[in-house]
Amino acid sequence: MTVPNEAATSIRTPHLLIALKDATLSGFVAFGLFFFLIGLRSEQGSTGALEISTRFQTLALLVAAVFAGTFLRTLAFGRGPIPIAGAVPASVTDFLASAGRFAAPALLIFALLVPVLFYQNRYLLDLGILVLTYVMLGWGLNIVVGLAGLLDLGYVAFYAVGAYSYALLATHFQLSFWICLPLAGILAAFWGILLGFPVLRLRGDYLAIVTLAFGEIIRLVLLNWQSLTGGPNGISSIPRPSFFGLPFTEAEGSFASTFGLEYSATHRVVFLFYLILALALLTNWVTIRLRRLPIGRAWEAMREDEIACRSLGINTTTTKLTAFAIGAMFAGFAGSFFATRQGFISPESFTFGESALVLAIVVLGGMGSQLGVAIAALVMLGGFELFREFQLYRMLVFGGAMVLIMVWRPRGLVSTREPSLRLDDGKAAAQDAK
Amino acid sequence: MSAGPDTAPSPGPILRVDHLSMRFGGLVAVADLSFTARRGDITALIGPNGAGKTTVFNCITGFYKPSAGRIRLEHPDGSAYLLERLLNFRVSKVARVARTFQNIRLFAGMTVLENLVVAQHNALMKASGFTFAGLIGLKVYRDAERTALDKARYWLDRTGLLPRADDSAGALAYGEQRRLEIARAMCTDPVLLCLDEPAAGLNARESAELNALLQFIRREHAISILLIEHDMSVVMEISDHIVVLDYGVKIADGTPEAIRNDPKVIAAYLGVEDDEIEIAEAEAGL
Repeated sequence: MTVPNEAATSIRTPHLLIALKDATLSGFVAFGLFFFLIGLRSEQGSTGALEISTRFQTLALLVAAVFAGTFLRTLAFGRGPIPIAGAVPASVTDFLASAGRFAAPALLIFALLVPVLFYQNRYLLDLGILVLTYVMLGWGLNIVVGLAGLLDLGYVAFYAVGAYSYALLATHFQLSFWICLPLAGILAAFWGILLGFPVLRLRGDYLAIVTLAFGEIIRLVLLNWQSLTGGPNGISSIPRPSFFGLPFTEAEGSFASTFGLEYSATHRVVFLFYLILALALLTNWVTIRLRRLPIGRAWEAMREDEIACRSLGINTTTTKLTAFAIGAMFAGFAGSFFATRQGFISPESFTFGESALVLAIVVLGGMGSQLGVAIAALVMLGGFELFREFQLYRMLVFGGAMVLIMVWRPRGLVSTREPSLRLDDGKAAAQDAK
Repeated sequence: MSAGPDTAPSPGPILRVDHLSMRFGGLVAVADLSFTARRGDITALIGPNGAGKTTVFNCITGFYKPSAGRIRLEHPDGSAYLLERLLNFRVSKVARVARTFQNIRLFAGMTVLENLVVAQHNALMKASGFTFAGLIGLKVYRDAERTALDKARYWLDRTGLLPRADDSAGALAYGEQRRLEIARAMCTDPVLLCLDEPAAGLNARESAELNALLQFIRREHAISILLIEHDMSVVMEISDHIVVLDYGVKIADGTPEAIRNDPKVIAAYLGVEDDEIEIAEAEAGL
């Protein structure tokens, strides 16, 4: 009877030893890292000179936490990766897969009903507009990153081009929103091509760095070209949108008086909501169509293997440029919407953080997946709002959530790829007809 | 076996390589190479590892710009193209030279069928009115897509991949991936098909199937094939003409029978005994 027991302990002991060893090692690394970051702190003393104060208690606490965490983890799961795949029951993944089919129509219907359901709730309507703006940006960037596989870290530059195009055209030439919208799109697409040319030969990390720099260049130009853009003061009193010529005011001939409604500021918000919803759906429709056209398939093929594309006679130069241009065009549309909604724009709205947020939406949602991007935008911006009260911990929770999602679903929330065409499409039906 | 196809009344050269040289800095990968490939023939390019075979392929298919020399391709209709002047994708698009790769390059995340439809990009692009007609769903484009699907279906059937059409290309077995790459190259409607080691990693049965496929392509589609291969069972059985490279220089050129007995080729492949080096060098004219 005692023999199996001994055998069991002799198997367990090394586990304990390994765990202790790993935990000690992690504790040392944590100590090395945190000693200067947290243990020491420079503060302005009473004389105005910098003084070093120590926070050894916090340091000890953190190191102890790392030690205990590593110890428990190694004890529970061994040294290998944590078996997370098993942590999500199969029923859950099955449910997600079947729910996916209904998620898109359900989300669309919900989006259409939001202004009806929450007519009184101005805050929710504004949040909806914000989410939809990012859904649109995500769908636009999805063309460049998800389909064509070109990692673009400067996407916000095209958003800025669109916003400033509308702002400048509307304030200087009194052009209406509906004329400026396509112009902003064309201008952004033009800048997309301009960025495309120098980066034609670059891929992956190198491309990311150059696009990042491009985004910064645009922002710095906007910041410093005072005579045109107003510099850090931005452009204010940008014309607000009108309902196809009918302004949303109390005056005679306005939207409210024409339709015999009582004036309400919410009219404009609802109009903006449906406007951005329509723009986002346009982006979605075009993307879905393009994916089934040769250009879309060439984008995806280029993402998979550029050299093979060239061997099949595909012009990778124009393929890349069209991806940049079309992605940028939608950012331009979104930008001019942003300008007309805010009524005021400044370079502050177009920082690298925005690019990173949109890219995070695309990557978390699942590159190439339209539904995934929409859900990710909803979750991320909704999450931001939910944690608004915990301002201090917002980014912490957020970073943790992102790490977890990437560990659980490394290819994004929706990672299944729907083929752009199938062999039996129509053909089988035609044969049945015979 | 090596009788030419009966469809070619004038077996003139389809490809003529003249004094081709390719240097990378100080390294001479290919030196003054000249050979011709006759229309409708299967021409094999063989040689030990590092002999410069793939470099020649890259020059012919527009991936490298040769340092010197001329590569002339003649279409069946008599029009001629100088491939060293057509670079990049134009070799495939304009001169209609298709190729496969030594290390398979499929669009792994896309389905087998999509791989074959992507290969027909240029034809479909024109039919879709450079996307605009396709975007609004004109009939012209839908018809073109149906034609493209039919062609893809034909080649899937020929390569035995029809049941796998909607699976992702990366999920195929190795031998199937090789066949798919050939099918994809054929979907570009080539006049010359360049295959870089198509039998690498195939077992005996798969090699035999490959032989049958290549002979079918040559016979039924009157397409000339240029082939790099190490597997002698493939080379000797299906080639009409063999060019042997060693250290970037052509050391022999002839029918499989002649190559099999060429002392220089034997020396290059098997090496020679120390005391035979001088004799071998004398024979090789070095």
